[in-house]
Amino acid sequence: MQPSLFASVQWTVSTLTKYIRDLLEADASLQDVWVSGEISNLSRPASGHIYFTLKDAGASLRCVMWRTDAARLRLPLQDGMGIETHGRIGVYEVGGQYQLYADQIRPVGEGALYQEFLRLKAMLEAEGLFDAERKREIPSFPKRIGIVTSSTGAALRDMLTAIRRRLPLVEVILAPSPVQGADAPPKLVVAIDSLNHLKPLPDVILLARGGGSIEDLWAFNDEQVVCAVALSKVPIICGVGHETDFTLSDFAADLRAPTPTAAAELATQTTMIDLQENLTAFDSQLTTSMQDILEEQSNALSSLRDGLRFFSPARRIQSEQQRLDDMAHRVDVAQAHRLALEANQIVGFGKRLETLNPLQVLERGYAVVTRQADGKVISKIKQVKSKDKLRVRVSDGGFDATVK
Amino acid sequence: MPKSSAKKSVDSLSYEEAFAELESIVAVLENEQKSLDDSMALYERGQALIKHCAKILEKAELKIKKLSGGELTDFEEAE
Repeated sequence: MQPSLFASVQWTVSTLTKYIRDLLEADASLQDVWVSGEISNLSRPASGHIYFTLKDAGASLRCVMWRTDAARLRLPLQDGMGIETHGRIGVYEVGGQYQLYADQIRPVGEGALYQEFLRLKAMLEAEGLFDAERKREIPSFPKRIGIVTSSTGAALRDMLTAIRRRLPLVEVILAPSPVQGADAPPKLVVAIDSLNHLKPLPDVILLARGGGSIEDLWAFNDEQVVCAVALSKVPIICGVGHETDFTLSDFAADLRAPTPTAAAELATQTTMIDLQENLTAFDSQLTTSMQDILEEQSNALSSLRDGLRFFSPARRIQSEQQRLDDMAHRVDVAQAHRLALEANQIVGFGKRLETLNPLQVLERGYAVVTRQADGKVISKIKQVKSKDKLRVRVSDGGFDATVK
Repeated sequence: MPKSSAKKSVDSLSYEEAFAELESIVAVLENEQKSLDDSMALYERGQALIKHCAKILEKAELKIKKLSGGELTDFEEAE
């Protein structure tokens, strides 16, 4: 073998690797790439970083996603999964490997659809279909609930289960429609319209579908479907997919529910339990009112009875009796008073009589002289002549005397 | 009080009709002066309405119909 004229440049592994790294990292188109492929050798050590290899039929690419980006992942990764991942190409010098430093991962095919989703969303938003003031109140106690979904899907079963459990009083009108595939959008529109022409109108419409990929849910992003939702006379609750799935129908609906079951629950805010509680409350209210009325009437009756008693003859008689008793008492008192007065007077008379008693005068040494012949009291000289026989009375007796 | 439903027999009333009448009966009993006879009659009708509503709730069974091509038909649920 001929040696070359000039000795080739001597590299160390490190300097060569550094050179390759600089080369790759200097290429701007390698610093912002979307790569699609299938995940293999997925590894999530305790560090929180994610390591995997992205493969297709002809090649493989080492990938790493640092912990901070991995924390934002909403897609559970698994080996064999088709994904699109975004990041930059770099070199891991220690391992001698070039690799993709990934910062975003999405399911394969989602990219283009997502762009379309954003475009439609911006357009319909600009048309005002998602305006908050368009949203109508969902009635809390519906009589008729319209349902637009597949007649064979789990979503219908879930909704019927929820409605039956909460408010079996309602009538459900199912307007069946395929919920995925090319004929889904026009049929969804027809179903929504037909419920809007029903007489009597349903109180609310549930538009629902179980979970699926963005392609599976795509009919609910169809412009015609979104317009039909927005223009529905009947308020619509949209429950498509799972908690994290958003469709444009969700934005146009009057209320968005995370799942079909949740949609059915939001449509039946008043449940059987509420109705039974209402009835019980009415029962006691009714009884209380009636008791109040009866009590009022009975009070009115007692006061009438009292009034009647006041005017009753028995009461008059009693009252007259009392008056009579009063009078009798007063008579008694007056009588006693009078007697006492009389008694006093008699005692007074007695005393006065005493002072007039002539015998008392005799005690003081006076005498009463009477003529024996006729018994006349002699009080003057002229009444007597000589030899008249007299009787002299003194305090303790009398004696006879003769005039000289 | 709605006179039309007041004359209907309780058993022919829907839940909503019966409930609405019940509401008005309670309001009348609570706020209006009525003769004792009228009050008793209202009370008895109210009790009948409550029993009727409770019976409807007890027996309630979800009615499901299918609307397609503008036609309403009974819907048979798949087990």
